Amino acid sequence: MAFEIIESCTNCYACEPLCPSKAIYEAKPHFLIDADKCTECAGDFEEPQCASICPIEGAILNEDGVELNPPGSLTGIPPEKLAA
Amino acid sequence: MELPVLNNTASEAAKGGCSERSCGSTDDQMNHLPDSIRDKVKNHPCYSEEAHHYFARMHVAVAPACNIQCNYCNRKYDCSNESRPGVVSEVLNPVQAVKKVMAVAATIPQMTVLGIAGPGDALANPQRTFDTFRMLNEQAPDIKLCVSTNGLALPENVEEMCQYNIDHVTITINCVDPDVGAKIYPWIFWNNKRIKGREGAAILIAQQQKGLEMLVAKGVLVKVNSVMIPGVNDKHLEEVSRIVKAKGAFLHNVMPLISEEEHGTFYGLTGQRGPTNEELQELQDSCAGDMNMMRHCRQCRADAVGLLGEDRGAEFTLDKIEEMDIDYAEAMKMRAEVHAAINEELESKHKAKETKLVSIEGLKKEVTRPVLMAVATKGGGVINEHFGHAGEFLIYEASSNGVRFIGHRKTTPYCEGGDTCGDGESALDVTIRELSGCEVVLCSKVGYEPWGPLEAAGIQPNGEHAMEAIEDAVLAVYEEMRAAGKLEAKADTAQKAA
Repeated sequence: MAFEIIESCTNCYACEPLCPSKAIYEAKPHFLIDADKCTECAGDFEEPQCASICPIEGAILNEDGVELNPPGSLTGIPPEKLAA
Repeated sequence: MELPVLNNTASEAAKGGCSERSCGSTDDQMNHLPDSIRDKVKNHPCYSEEAHHYFARMHVAVAPACNIQCNYCNRKYDCSNESRPGVVSEVLNPVQAVKKVMAVAATIPQMTVLGIAGPGDALANPQRTFDTFRMLNEQAPDIKLCVSTNGLALPENVEEMCQYNIDHVTITINCVDPDVGAKIYPWIFWNNKRIKGREGAAILIAQQQKGLEMLVAKGVLVKVNSVMIPGVNDKHLEEVSRIVKAKGAFLHNVMPLISEEEHGTFYGLTGQRGPTNEELQELQDSCAGDMNMMRHCRQCRADAVGLLGEDRGAEFTLDKIEEMDIDYAEAMKMRAEVHAAINEELESKHKAKETKLVSIEGLKKEVTRPVLMAVATKGGGVINEHFGHAGEFLIYEASSNGVRFIGHRKTTPYCEGGDTCGDGESALDVTIRELSGCEVVLCSKVGYEPWGPLEAAGIQPNGEHAMEAIEDAVLAVYEEMRAAGKLEAKADTAQKAA
């Protein structure tokens, strides 16, 4: 049970201090989640903290590889406009 | 310290026309303020229109995280060729930031102010922001510190901010109504949750207002920035201006929405337009009945360096500052001398102006129509830029009440220099369009080629006042127009009757 940060991360630092398990760390080319430490915030918060502050749609995946913030869910920009 | 009691009832009388407080020369708006406040802003380029001709500022991009999303912001953006808020090329850690500030301060002694303005929110990164301030307090005590914030995390940070002698804070307040806010802010992060829509906007608004009140109670000078979004909050901003003034904000800066499609913001991609120059000026004028309005904002980058309107950031990249060896004690002496010389120059200008005002008072003149003039300047408060080299023009209004600063208009320099103007023709068209409404353009020199098209567009080029003080030159040209009978032709009958 762990999340993953992928290459669309912009290194904004927002998630790092929020992680209750200290699983998120600064790395090149982008922040990473230590899968051994990540608890998906179970027991600490109702909602996973990294995914609740991350401003980049699609930058954090759950263990099934599903985007926690799918396209359009944060900015309200219709996905077809994003692609254009 | 007591902030000025700002009258909250003048709005009805002043609406529409040219209110008493916003007329006259541009620094008049400062003249009614107590000395303690004038002292605080006189060398701050973002708080004093006059200071921005002489003093420089810089931002350090140490705060990339944000706790809200705005529809005019794209968090993925990073480009060194773009000049607008939220954009940076290099995020610094606090130690690097301090090194950069000291390198800039030693190289550009006119730099008086360091601000932290993102590219996220300064207070969503309190540790990085405050570490930077703490070190600067110790190592470079002659630099003024400023913070720019969306206000969400402001109340919990006011106490600590005051410990670092931060005496200027800018809060971006785009609305006081959650229904309006829901159209601007898709979400906020609050109490460990992402809160969307109206509910999030309501929390943000409450925090902004509470933060504003707390800062004013502590004697901190507060400037309020608002982004003017036509059809969303344009009408609403007059109310915002009244409310923030009543709560003790000192200056209101209404900025035009920037929403190019290629920026990839919600507004950019959904066709939300920004205001025209005329719409912006009209709103600023109607807010000015209640409030000191800032009109010289250049909406600079979160890592800008230099005078407003210029960006010397490329001289201070990480690898370049790494090679600089700064003796700050020595730099501080040199800086103090430069600042003293500028202040002396400003003092003597003020004295000269007072004398002149007295002489003008004596001859009450008939009411003549106002005229907009564009000015090309590189700084120093004088006309010292060639028409073809100007990347922006300052706009002044001359009227029988005097000269007042209206704003600035950006353009592409007609001629980037030398004989190789390339597609200068189309750049000139852009400049002429940007200068719409102006009847004169004052610059140190105007070439033969642009002269004809400018005249044809009703804009008289004028290179006769090179190196003269801007306001003196504008007034002189206005007087020439009066003598030539050019101020009566289009005279507004209503104004004449008044």
